[in-house]
Amino acid sequence: MDYRISEPVVGPRREDTLPASVTTAVKVVIVGGFGVGKTTLVGSVSEIRPLTTEEIMTQAGAGVDDIAGVERKNETTVAMDFGRITLSDELVLYVFGTPGQQRFWFLWNGLFEGALGAVVLIDTRRLEDSFDVMGRLEERGVPFIVAINAFPDAPTYPASELRQALDIPDGVPVIDCDARERVSSRDGLLTLMRYLHALTTTNPERR
Amino acid sequence: MSDPEQDQHRAWEEGGPERLYVITSGRQVPERHSSLDMVTLIVSRNEPGPGMQPELAAIVRICGYPLSVAELSAYLHLPVSVITVLLTDLLASGHVEARASALTQSLPDVELLEAVMHGLQNL
Repeated sequence: MDYRISEPVVGPRREDTLPASVTTAVKVVIVGGFGVGKTTLVGSVSEIRPLTTEEIMTQAGAGVDDIAGVERKNETTVAMDFGRITLSDELVLYVFGTPGQQRFWFLWNGLFEGALGAVVLIDTRRLEDSFDVMGRLEERGVPFIVAINAFPDAPTYPASELRQALDIPDGVPVIDCDARERVSSRDGLLTLMRYLHALTTTNPERR
Repeated sequence: MSDPEQDQHRAWEEGGPERLYVITSGRQVPERHSSLDMVTLIVSRNEPGPGMQPELAAIVRICGYPLSVAELSAYLHLPVSVITVLLTDLLASGHVEARASALTQSLPDVELLEAVMHGLQNL
């Protein structure tokens, strides 16, 4: 962060401003466990240096029961990284990275509402982190694809094996992705869009 | 709403609940059903008024070009929920306008998806 405390207002650098003509904003969410590469992916596709937004986590209201007996509401803030891609003079895409662990699901309320869809980012060294995330997305009716982030020392499995191991629903695309590479990350987002497009055109009654 | 007596015992922290309470004049953060989404684009309509609360003036000042609610949160180091409260005031007073985000109920528009794909392919 290069903000200076002495300056009362920090804002976007001139080169980070959107065209005045932009009228429509859409969002997608990258979700995955800790250290799986969400921030890396956001950073590689974003035209601006990724920004961090924070939200207040009021544990007493978040359905967390492990603070039972604590009288006072326990408020902390949780950070979330996001980036931006200007797609045309009128259209901008925001890409949010959000942690998949259950204790952060309270963040999902404002995040997934109205989102086009999600990319579940997976590290094959920690597959077990992904089960809950996909189940939760299905419950919420959020369409998603699965992207396997290619860590150099991670075991590789054929997609069919992973699909079975993770019980990924039929039809949900499973792709390999190198979150560090802009083109690879971009292709992940494109895969999501094509999948959404197919869902929309084949299930018009869900509109 | 937090209990003032309890709050007295707690340190005033930058970004802590007490400071945020003051910034929003103690109003409850609206539920998520507010019309403002994290990607709703905000644009100023005029200059900040004299004597305007600093956080409100800051929003008006940096929204000369469209900025999403999430970007405002990031640049001003305030939670999205607090930004939402402040924007409710600014929208009511006409200092800013909101450009509705293309929120989807279940599945998005085909035309919208095609525009997104087209844009991504051209990256």
